[in-house]
Order: sequence, then structure tokens, then C-alpha cells
Amino acid sequence: MKEESLWYIFINASLINNFVLAYFLGICPFLGVSGKMETATKMGGAVTFVMIISSICAFGIHALLVAINAPFLQLISYIVVIASTVQLVEMFIKKMSPTLFRALGIFLPLITTNCAILGLALFQTNKGYGFIESLVYALGAGAGFTLALVLIAGLREQLDFAEVPNVVKGTALTLLVAGILSLSFMGFAGLGS
Amino acid sequence: MSNHSENKNSTGFFESLKEHPSTDEFIKGLWRDNPVFVQVLGMCPVLAVSNTAENALAMGLATAFVLLMSNILVSSLRNFIPKQVRIASYILIIATFVTITDYVIQAISVDLHKSLGAFISLIVVNCLILSRAEAFASKNTIGKSILDALGMGLGFTFALFCLGAVRELFGNGSLFGLSLFSDNFQEWIVMILPAGGFFTLAIWLLIFNAAKERKLKT
Repeated sequence: MKEESLWYIFINASLINNFVLAYFLGICPFLGVSGKMETATKMGGAVTFVMIISSICAFGIHALLVAINAPFLQLISYIVVIASTVQLVEMFIKKMSPTLFRALGIFLPLITTNCAILGLALFQTNKGYGFIESLVYALGAGAGFTLALVLIAGLREQLDFAEVPNVVKGTALTLLVAGILSLSFMGFAGLGS
Repeated sequence: MSNHSENKNSTGFFESLKEHPSTDEFIKGLWRDNPVFVQVLGMCPVLAVSNTAENALAMGLATAFVLLMSNILVSSLRNFIPKQVRIASYILIIATFVTITDYVIQAISVDLHKSLGAFISLIVVNCLILSRAEAFASKNTIGKSILDALGMGLGFTFALFCLGAVRELFGNGSLFGLSLFSDNFQEWIVMILPAGGFFTLAIWLLIFNAAKERKLKT
């Protein structure tokens, strides 16, 4: 593994290889809850939190699975950990802010099936990151996810006032906007090299 | 339609096929309720591995296989799984089959496994599979679940192929690795980049929407 500075890992995960716009991970919530700025921010926060917890757990599990020589259990144990973390966050949000709980609706339990989180766990294992590196990677990925979500929410809020032909309304429009956003994020590709 | 199933021995399995217009369960996934173009489910792999027709087809078939197997198991266990832990059990079932698929693909073709990368493992979190388990297989007989899985799986593969073919055609000037244009063809690099995935899918959705609009008007 080549030596990477922590700062580079962060920038790489959040901007250069943005999870949503370059890896297409976490598209479902990206299309689903990106209608309003406020929900988008909080969704981003919740996802980032789950990412950090599951990244730590994934690091531990990977070490354990290597020790007992059972790599085929990797996927199953990762997904179980993620599912329980999401359950925890769900209970927490329900208790602390019922309004937010209602606003996020079905997309909260669906964080379990958010590919960004499982993807993060798999990528950090593939890249052979250490503990601190994994943590920074999770933080960067979460920041990148939130950034993309907030950006698209802002754009969609503005687009509500625009006159759009009926055919384009809905998902197709969001995808077109996301495409343009993805193009502009390619500008970051030169960073850090 | 029932002609076909009457020829078989009428065990309980085929009985259930006859009761219902079962071909409909199959057809609906292909077109009317197409998982990608109509329900917009399972977007992540659709966008990520549709840069060539071959990748798209392999991914579609892998997903269809997992969908079929998990639908069979979920539907046969539907009376035993307690309601409170059903989602967790479905995910475990799905994860098991994905692990199998992952190892099988690795055994068949290392190159393919490399180019699909982590996205094979990510079939676990494909919302399409979980949503079929929850919305269909947990409430219906095995026979119907198989038809549903086949329809949805093929519909998904079809959609992925639509995207992959278009992106490869414009991005590489080829189809399944065969060059189609003369050497003068200028590749549209943007089509194989991530942005191209978003654009192509948006355009397919537009075509589907336009077709729907037109049908409503007439």
C-alpha cells in the first residue's frame, strides 16, 4: 500500500472520488430526500454518523475475520453491524426529535440499504487502511455525501420555481442536474496529484 | 396462458400458477413495473457498472440470480420468520446468496470480477431485492415469487443492458468489445465517465415518461 497522507484521504473521499457523484453510491436517498435543504442536511448528518460507527466496527471485524481465517463471512457480518447501527440511530432520533423522524420517514431505516455505507466498509478493507486512516476516510466520505446532498437540494429548491415540461419533471430532472454536478466535480480530479 | 401449466402435473405448485393470471406476474417486471425505468429502484449498480454492455449484462444476471434465490427462500420461509425480525432475516438471506455469487463469478472469470469490483458485494444493498422480498415474496406462494423474481430480474437486466449498450456505443464506439465505427469515430469520453451514466439514465427515463404521457392522452 502506498503511503497517503490523512489530508489526502479526506479530500479524496469527499471531493475527488465523491461517493455519490463519482462512485454512484447512495443514489436512493440522494434522489429521495434531496427535495428540501433542511432534511438533506440532517440526512447527511445521520449517514455520516452511521458511516463513522460502521467504519470502526468494520475495522475490528476485518481484523477478527483475518485472525480466524473466515473471509467469506465478511459481507454478512458487515451488513449485520450496519443494520444494528441504523437501528440505534433510528431509536435515538425518534427520542430526540420526532419531527425529524417523520421528515426522514422511510429513508431512515433504508440507510441500512444505503450502498454508500457498505461500500465504505468494503473499500476501506480493500485499500488496507489502518484505524486512523479508516476513520478519516469515513469522515471524508460522510462529508462528501452531505455536500452532494445539500448541493442538489439547493438546486432542486430553486428548480421548483422554474417552468419545466411535464415529461422532464421528477427523477429525470434530478438525474440531469446530478449529471451536471458530477461533471463539475471532475474538476477536482487534479487535486492532490 | 393456462394451457401451458395444464400440461404439467397438477401439484400444489402448479395449482397456484393456474389460479392467477400468472403470466402477468412475470410480464409486469419486464415493462409496466420495470424496476429501473418505472420504480427507479437499485440505481447504484445501474449507474456504476453500466459503462460497457458486457459489464451491464453480467451485473444484471448476477442480480437476477440473487433475486430469484432470495425470493424462493423468503417465500418458503414466510410462515416461520417472526414479523419483528423479518428485515434482518431477509438481509441475511440476501447476503448469503451474494457471497455465493461473488465467489462463483471469481471462479468463472477473474477479469469480470475485477471490472465489477465491489459492486458485486453491493448487490446486498440493492433496494430492488429487499423490496421484492418485503413487498412480494413474503406474502405470496413460491410459484408466484419465482415468476415475480424472473420478471423483475430480467426487467432489471434489460434496463442495465439498455444503459450499458448506449454508453459503450458512444463512449467507446463499440458493442461487446466489437468496434462498430471506422477509425475516424471520435469517442464521447463523457459517456463512460460517471456523468454519462446520469445523463443516459435521465434520457431513458424521459423516453419512458414520454411514452406514458402519450398513452394517457390517447
